[in-house]
Amino acid sequence: MSDAATALQGMAMAPRVPARVFAGFRRAGRSQAAYALAAPAFMLMLLMLIGPLAGVIALSFTDYQLGAPAFSWIGLSNYREMFADRVFWISLKNTLTYVAIVVPGAVALGLGVALLIQSGAGLKSWYRTVYFLPVMATLIAMAIVWEFMLHPQFGLVNGLLRAAGLQGHSWLQDRGTALYSLCVIGIWQATGFNMVLFLAGLVSIPKHLYDAAEIDGAEGAWSRFRLVTWPMLGPVTLFVVAISAIRSFQVFDTVQVLTKGGPSKSSEVLIYTMYTEGFEFFRSGYGAAVTVVFLAFVLLLTVLKSALGNREVHYA
Amino acid sequence: MAEIEIRALRKAFDGAEVLKGVDLTIQDGEFISLVGPSGCGKSTLLRVIAGLEPQSSGEVRIDGVSADGVRPSARNLAMVFQSYALYPHLSVFDNIAVPLRMKRLSALERAPFVGRLMPGRRRAERVIRDDVERVAEQLEISPLLKRKPGQLSGGQRQRVAVGRAIVRQPRAFLFDEPLSNLDAKLRVHMRAEIAQLHRQLKTTFIYVTHDQAEAMTMSGRIAVMIGGELIQVGAPAAVYDDPCDIRVAEFVGTPKINAFPGRIRSDGRLEMLGHVLHMATPALEGECRICVRPERIELASHGLLSGTVVHLENLGSEAFVHIGCAGTDAPVVARVNDPSQLPAIGATIGYGFAPEAVRAFDADGKRIVTSLPSRVERPREMAVV
Repeated sequence: MSDAATALQGMAMAPRVPARVFAGFRRAGRSQAAYALAAPAFMLMLLMLIGPLAGVIALSFTDYQLGAPAFSWIGLSNYREMFADRVFWISLKNTLTYVAIVVPGAVALGLGVALLIQSGAGLKSWYRTVYFLPVMATLIAMAIVWEFMLHPQFGLVNGLLRAAGLQGHSWLQDRGTALYSLCVIGIWQATGFNMVLFLAGLVSIPKHLYDAAEIDGAEGAWSRFRLVTWPMLGPVTLFVVAISAIRSFQVFDTVQVLTKGGPSKSSEVLIYTMYTEGFEFFRSGYGAAVTVVFLAFVLLLTVLKSALGNREVHYA
Repeated sequence: MAEIEIRALRKAFDGAEVLKGVDLTIQDGEFISLVGPSGCGKSTLLRVIAGLEPQSSGEVRIDGVSADGVRPSARNLAMVFQSYALYPHLSVFDNIAVPLRMKRLSALERAPFVGRLMPGRRRAERVIRDDVERVAEQLEISPLLKRKPGQLSGGQRQRVAVGRAIVRQPRAFLFDEPLSNLDAKLRVHMRAEIAQLHRQLKTTFIYVTHDQAEAMTMSGRIAVMIGGELIQVGAPAAVYDDPCDIRVAEFVGTPKINAFPGRIRSDGRLEMLGHVLHMATPALEGECRICVRPERIELASHGLLSGTVVHLENLGSEAFVHIGCAGTDAPVVARVNDPSQLPAIGATIGYGFAPEAVRAFDADGKRIVTSLPSRVERPREMAVV
């Protein structure tokens, strides 16, 4: 009996050794194939993303000037200069103010418009198109239109104010209002994009949850929103907030066209600072240092988004 | 506890009429099933009763009071949905507590941060906690209270949905195909549980299903809906045995009832497949359908009607023999109680049925009264030629 058992075991053992060897070969072969298959994507990522990023970071430690034949490593000098520069801090503060106004504004308006369109009976695609128009239009061209609208003498905005018996204002020429005017344009531009994302989110909320809410006693629109819509929009909202924040950090076009950071740096923002330093004063090294600060904020937002996405958001 | 009356109820979606004048009175404490093929309007009827859908015309009365314009929650009916419709972001406890919180707390008390500061809220929350825990215990889901619906199995979600329905002690329960998403074994189990729940609560249950077996096994009465109309309402056995319309006869019972093309002769006798049956009818001469349930078909080696065995279904405790037969559209199905004695496929086999097994329907599908001719000679005779 026991002999038979050992014999059986022996038989079972015998083919196992070569099997493991084969498996080892196979594993090595598979990992080679895996690397080969991943290589194109990895190369692209290296060339398009990681390479330039490393380049910018490296550049920020040099005194390189655009077009200069040589450069030298100067360590943290750029950063030291930057943190001592009043303009940088104004620029950072303005950017953060811009983000703090545009993100809640564009998210709330986008959600509101999406809810209105979703609950409306007709003309849905008409409204969708109208609100999406600012997203599709070239922002530079639209900025010029805004420039006309905000013109102190002939602008539509002041015209309307005067017609309503109110005092007009030099919106873009006043230190107190220039940044906020840009915020309004930013909200106007981002709302349509957020609306489309929210609409997609709203469509995917199962209808029966609203039925259940109705049966359970959520009678008002507000309590249905609190019980069903808002929690179910969690993932979309998180995405919209992150995208809006990153896009707001990148604000440049309107500043470049309308205010050039003025008057007296009151609408100076990070990317505009980077642009003037890097491409007007040709101080590429210093511009790279500003860019690194900008990238740090974007990275922070991304990390925040994925951390929250794993914890607080409910995927149905 | 509620009596629900439905009067001449009509409902149209974009011109297409889904409910074509439904009249039904549901007794207090009754378990009634609305059953019918998909698209027959049974779910729409339930949604109209619940108040989720306004009717085009007609009336729903709950306890003698018209429910027109009354909000769903104010009707105090609970509903269990096919997809359970649990709130995915809330724990099981919170899911069950939703209807209580909506009813007992003011909007201010429900508010996220301010609510905690309201004076009455803590006491109300304590009562809600007790109620939820009582229901959870009753449904044996106490260990699941902290979980999210996404972490539950289908059967557990079903229980939570039922818990959310019973926690506020509604006047009636509306079930919209609640077992359709469960696997077959669990479905049979939950069937018994829901029937048990009804015996326990003694509340009105309205149960919508397309599965006639569910309707037959659970309810006190079934209402068969076809094409937006209530065709027949009655006890399951009565509907099964005494269908008033061929569509009811064909819908209720598995396998489907056997329908033979037949004729009513001028002398009032019924004729099928060239045989004159030993039955009479007062109905007028014309085409008719002669229907016989599979368990009433008797296999016999000789004579009568005959055909070829085309398919066998052996279920272990019973078996069904499908007999291909000239003159009928579908094979005739006969039930055999002893599966050890099955004919072979391809064999020629004779079969027949007792005259009282026949349910005859006219060309419009309406039931025809049939009786044995006055001079009854052989009552147990099989299909007399």
